[in-house]
Amino acid sequence: MNERLLRITLPVAVLALAIIAWHLVVVVFAVPAYVLPGPWLVFKTLIVDRGLLWNSLLVTLATTFEGFVLAAVGGILLAVLFSQSRIVEYSLYPYAVILQVTPIVAIAPLLLIYLPQPLAVLACAWIVAFFPVLANTTLGLASVDHNLIALFELYKASRWQTLWRLKLPAALPQMLAGLRIAGGLSLIGAVVAEIAAGSAGAGSGLAYRIAESGYRLNIPRMFAALLLLSAAGVAIFFALSLLNYLALRRWHESAVMRER
Amino acid sequence: MPGPRPGMTEQMTQSPATGNSAIVSLRGVGKTFERGTVALDRLDLDVRSGEFVSLLGPSGCGKSTALRIVAGLSAPTSGSVEWPGGAGTIGFVFQEPTLMPWADVASNVRLPLSLAQAEEGAAAKAVERWLARVGLAEFAHSYPRELSGGMKMRVSIARALVTEPQLLLMDEPFAALDEITRFKLNNELTALWHEHRRTVIFVTHSVFESVYLSQRIVVMTPRPGRVFAEVPIPVPYPRDERFRTSAEYAGLCREVAETLARAMGSAA
Repeated sequence: MNERLLRITLPVAVLALAIIAWHLVVVVFAVPAYVLPGPWLVFKTLIVDRGLLWNSLLVTLATTFEGFVLAAVGGILLAVLFSQSRIVEYSLYPYAVILQVTPIVAIAPLLLIYLPQPLAVLACAWIVAFFPVLANTTLGLASVDHNLIALFELYKASRWQTLWRLKLPAALPQMLAGLRIAGGLSLIGAVVAEIAAGSAGAGSGLAYRIAESGYRLNIPRMFAALLLLSAAGVAIFFALSLLNYLALRRWHESAVMRER
Repeated sequence: MPGPRPGMTEQMTQSPATGNSAIVSLRGVGKTFERGTVALDRLDLDVRSGEFVSLLGPSGCGKSTALRIVAGLSAPTSGSVEWPGGAGTIGFVFQEPTLMPWADVASNVRLPLSLAQAEEGAAAKAVERWLARVGLAEFAHSYPRELSGGMKMRVSIARALVTEPQLLLMDEPFAALDEITRFKLNNELTALWHEHRRTVIFVTHSVFESVYLSQRIVVMTPRPGRVFAEVPIPVPYPRDERFRTSAEYAGLCREVAETLARAMGSAA
């Protein structure tokens, strides 16, 4: 209990100190708002521009969510396909790696040429997010207890039964770890694509707001949008951690609370 | 019965205590792995219906491989496995409990029935009966990680027996347990066998365990694995702690240990 309290109070204290320091720096050195806005000004901008920022947040979150769902479904399906057929795995896995190691910032402008902007942004979110799901699920599916596989074989389980009742549950911890990474990455993918789209598009996501505010030297709004983006990232992380905990708490070492 | 071969002792000719029709026979079974390891070489073994037979040998003598071949989990590279009365149903207990950690105890025991799409009510009854039989009725909804090593092994045994198999294969099931738990499970296993008279092939590297449990001990040579000798243990069941501490038990253990020592010498 004491430790849990510390784990909450300490980061909050650090945050409070950082905000105070920020405020002092701005006030003491009389930094102009177009260089570094103080925390209070950022907060006020957040309130004043709430309509605009809220809509942008929803746009970015929608893209992130869609990219994440597509990445989750695509990554898991592809991993299952790989586990069922070595030929498919050998043929496609290298390209999944290539897609992953090529920086998304470099792919985004190309995608924007060939695809309508919302679709291009979605594609970016998907590309960066699907690989960790694929890689982790593949690992999970490949590390099933070989004696359990022998047992399923002994009882003449069908391929489907072995997949559904053994391999997928066994791979669940790794799959969830992949999803947790994918959540954050799909947000990054969406942001990168919005930035790359920049002023060219009619896009109105948060990252687009940041780029736009930068051109207009509206630094407080940049900060406010950035704040919302971080908050969104943190929320996604916690949501997926909660999912992880709920799915594994009864049986997996990583999620079991131990009494000492 | 295969004819006498060099290295066989006179004990080969004695017949075991019960049963005479073979449920499964290995005929000249050999197994060479891809890396070139010869695990088994011309292994002949008859297992009679209703008997408790142990395969005894040092690590690496191919006894586990033989068990997996009987189970159909591994194909022999030579020789054949014959089921005179038609292929029997099999239960398998691994060295590890091999439970699904994400499923509770009842679901783990029910697995073979679920995979065979058995009727729900009958399956539930069978699971309940076997959990009660291994003394875990009140743990039906616990998860494997909440159980001790001995309890997990009991779940594994209940799962192997829930389909009422004709042949129970056990691959060093108690090797990882502490001695107290192992003795307890040995007692329970003999009681279970005495009660149900299912054919059991029990793989072990423990002389004491094999003498305590079996009607017949098949001593194997290491690398490659072959039958060196068979030692009958003509002691009536139920066997209990009195047998474990008797002079008769000590004498049989000495005899089996000497046979095992000869088997290992012959392979060197």
